[in-house]
Amino acid sequence: MEKFNSEAGSILVNELNATFGSGKTRIYEWRISQLNQLFKLLNFHEQEIIDALRNDLDKPPLETVAYEISMLKNSCKTAIKELKHWMAPEKVKTSLTTFPSSAEIVSEPLGVVLVISAWNYPFLLSLDPVIGAIAAGNAVVLKPSELAPATSSLLTKLLAEYMDNSSIRVVEGAVDETSALLQQKWDKIFYTGNGKVARIVMAAAAKNLTPVVLELGGKSPVIVDSNSNINLQVATRRIIAGKWGCNNGQACISPDYIITTKDYAPKLVDSLKTELESFYGKNPLESKDLSRIVNSNHFARLSKLLDDDKVSGKTVYGGEKDESKLRISPTILLDVPRDSLIMNEEIFGPLLPIITVDKLEESFDVINSGPKPLAAYLFTNNKKLKEQFVKTISAGGLVINDTTLHLAVHTLPFGGVGDSGVGAYHGKFSFDAFSHKKAVLYRSFFGDASIRYPPYTKTKMRFLKALMTGGLLAIINAIFGKS
Amino acid sequence: MNNNSLELEETVKELGQYFKTGKTKSVTWRKNQLQAILNLVRENEDAISKALYQDLGKHPVEAYRDELGGVEKSAQNSLDSVEKWMAPTKSNIPLLFFPAKGEVLPEPLGVVLIFSSWNFPIMLALDPIIGAISAGNVVVIKPSDQAPACSSFLANTLPQYLDTNAIKVIEGGGDVCEQILLHKWDKIFFTGSPRVARIVMTSAARNLTPVTLELGGKCPAIFDHLSNPSDFKMAVKRIVGAKWGICSGQACIGIDYLLVEEKYSSEVIELLKKFIRKFYGDNMVESRVLSRIINKQHFERLCNLLKDPLVAASIVHGGSIDETNLFIEPTILLDPPLDAEIMTEEIFGPLLPVITVNKIQESIGFINSRPKPLTIYAFTKDDTFKRKIVAETSSGSVIFNDTLVQFLCDTLPFGGVGQSGFGRYHGKYSFDTFSHEKAVMHRHLCLEIEPRYPPWNKFKLEFIRLAYRLNYFGLVLHMLGLKKHN
Repeated sequence: MEKFNSEAGSILVNELNATFGSGKTRIYEWRISQLNQLFKLLNFHEQEIIDALRNDLDKPPLETVAYEISMLKNSCKTAIKELKHWMAPEKVKTSLTTFPSSAEIVSEPLGVVLVISAWNYPFLLSLDPVIGAIAAGNAVVLKPSELAPATSSLLTKLLAEYMDNSSIRVVEGAVDETSALLQQKWDKIFYTGNGKVARIVMAAAAKNLTPVVLELGGKSPVIVDSNSNINLQVATRRIIAGKWGCNNGQACISPDYIITTKDYAPKLVDSLKTELESFYGKNPLESKDLSRIVNSNHFARLSKLLDDDKVSGKTVYGGEKDESKLRISPTILLDVPRDSLIMNEEIFGPLLPIITVDKLEESFDVINSGPKPLAAYLFTNNKKLKEQFVKTISAGGLVINDTTLHLAVHTLPFGGVGDSGVGAYHGKFSFDAFSHKKAVLYRSFFGDASIRYPPYTKTKMRFLKALMTGGLLAIINAIFGKS
Repeated sequence: MNNNSLELEETVKELGQYFKTGKTKSVTWRKNQLQAILNLVRENEDAISKALYQDLGKHPVEAYRDELGGVEKSAQNSLDSVEKWMAPTKSNIPLLFFPAKGEVLPEPLGVVLIFSSWNFPIMLALDPIIGAISAGNVVVIKPSDQAPACSSFLANTLPQYLDTNAIKVIEGGGDVCEQILLHKWDKIFFTGSPRVARIVMTSAARNLTPVTLELGGKCPAIFDHLSNPSDFKMAVKRIVGAKWGICSGQACIGIDYLLVEEKYSSEVIELLKKFIRKFYGDNMVESRVLSRIINKQHFERLCNLLKDPLVAASIVHGGSIDETNLFIEPTILLDPPLDAEIMTEEIFGPLLPVITVNKIQESIGFINSRPKPLTIYAFTKDDTFKRKIVAETSSGSVIFNDTLVQFLCDTLPFGGVGQSGFGRYHGKYSFDTFSHEKAVMHRHLCLEIEPRYPPWNKFKLEFIRLAYRLNYFGLVLHMLGLKKHN
């Protein structure tokens, strides 16, 4: 198999540009047919998808069905149902200044777009952006993550079989292939992954003034309020579901760490231990309901976080590792120092540090002193605290009294801010992310204002001022020579 | 403000700290600043006109029409609307998540950097500032050094009206730009050329800073045959006004070239000549109706476009230059060679190539074979042709039967696509461009859905399947044990 190099990249882009230029992908029927094909693919190959994800991540089938397949199906269905409405031009009001005129905003595809996906939800994060790209009428190249090779192969096979190959293609590979792709001129690049590579992607995009969406991550904090009588059991279960229930903590919006008050922490730890045991049994290292760590690099990285001197003695639950099986058991650490390794990088794994503060309000400063995360969570019944949280914490998205669910709500934009990313998608936001919103203004030849043209006189100036800022009365005044 | 890099570092730090105090988030602060901009513009009309005349030879009416009036309108609109824009928008949450509430809340990005260009040095500085302020940010504005009088004006006057802790002007040239770009910004808004845009975006990439790039391109005007003579006259008037009456063609949305059917070209050119004479007379330099070319560098660039003998041969009107006054006469060219620089680069000056085609429909293919422009103008009464233009070309915007007015329509997004840029502003779009739209979801700790949690089994799997399909009836049956499993 020939290596995919820059020349191959160029040929690919030219081919897709030609297809796009033919106008094929702009047609409503084409978009619907492709979305339907994706839906079919998800329906008929569920077991293969489950198997691929078991292979790549040991992901429990239920997680695959819930987070990869069902979410994608919903995404397809939403797009199919709403596409006509999304594609319709949006009529816009025009003011007296441009009377008589009518205006609208027309959505048009950007052209040929590149989607670079991640390894943790390799199916979802490949096809969800592709759904948006197709719905918006673009041609697409998908570059799945090489760290999830079974899924990458499956995607290549299935997309080739089900989709229009003249406009939707998959390029597999690692750094070299990605570099070859990044050397080409795209009309948009949609990247999901980490900040380091995102910088490379954006710098490459800059050469061609290509707009980007960067879906990154960060340390998503959970604040647990000790003072408002929350149902601790429900709160704990939701934290666990968001942390270990999401690919064993290897998710961009997984709760990364918890902040609570010093006296409440022991209660919280106990609750977590109880619920963790009820979910994963007494031997969670062997539990089939937990994904494994994706590869030995990440295993080593996570081990290092646990081996850090600064956190020695802080583990209060778990901490078991099995390198041969790439497994780390759900681990809780209590009272880790702020300058420990585990508190200075996104964990992306099954380790949950708990930071304690004297007063809960201090947690806002803790969060705001670091880079803006993709998500932040708060468990409380205190209305004022909720309001303060929403007002003060800047993150991609916030959830109160739950974790991660906002991912599944299509009416909420999903994306980061600051270090957690640029742009958003899901639902109509996906359609918009891959569209250009073209302003169209219709004017007629009726009623030309001579004030527009030289020679410029004082009268014209007066009238011009009134027209631009004064409103109807001022205009009338100007006509009659007053000012 | 001098370009001492330590001072710059202090400035950026101070701005960040001020932003953290939360003062700029209050609606009162924002409204005060917007009112201050209104006051600034209203109380300094003469000074601004003077500065514009000094930098560009702009006539006061042009200065008002294209710069002051626009800023006034924008500031007033923002002042009236900012509270509305700041309000969260409700999002519908599926019943499955009941009880739940969702909303999208706009919040400021933080410390933003604005680069403005030299051709509309007041408008292109203040309009983005208006957006940044209404969104609650702190701002650094770096005006173009190629319009020095306006840059000074802004540096001296903005501090007299606006909160100096939150809005700072940094003057200087390329080296200052370089220094500024070394720092981490929460957003960069750039108006200018594609060449510099690449440098700005590459810098921004180091910190994952989102950018808006307002660039340009060769904005074509498609001139279809108009059988009604008064329509025809009006169209030509508008074209003349848009080409030369706006900073002598030095505008991103100015008409770059015309596309006409061969058989009508001489008629069009004759009428163009007539209106040039009517509007600008014979003593163009003295009459000061037309802006001059910004500086020697651009003057020479434009003269060079005409040096190519084949290009020079295609001149059918004008062509004379006045080096002392940096003045170039309104010039029309008929069918210059398509591979000459005048047809491959954005002209940004008072030279108008008229390109003839056999059938006007060919304009679409002509435009599509070139980079996407900021605007496409089309003069036509043929509704089918209009639809075709909208559907088959791509540009920042399309304007039918007029020119430039889209700039005044603040309900329309103003921005480019492809090589003409990305991102947009004006009206609420300005507010949005300087905001982060934060998703907020509220849930309650009651009413729990057990099947969310492991250990996993077939029952829970089926539950989740049904849940995702929002098959509420099926869910009820399933819970009651009445649904068949697959």
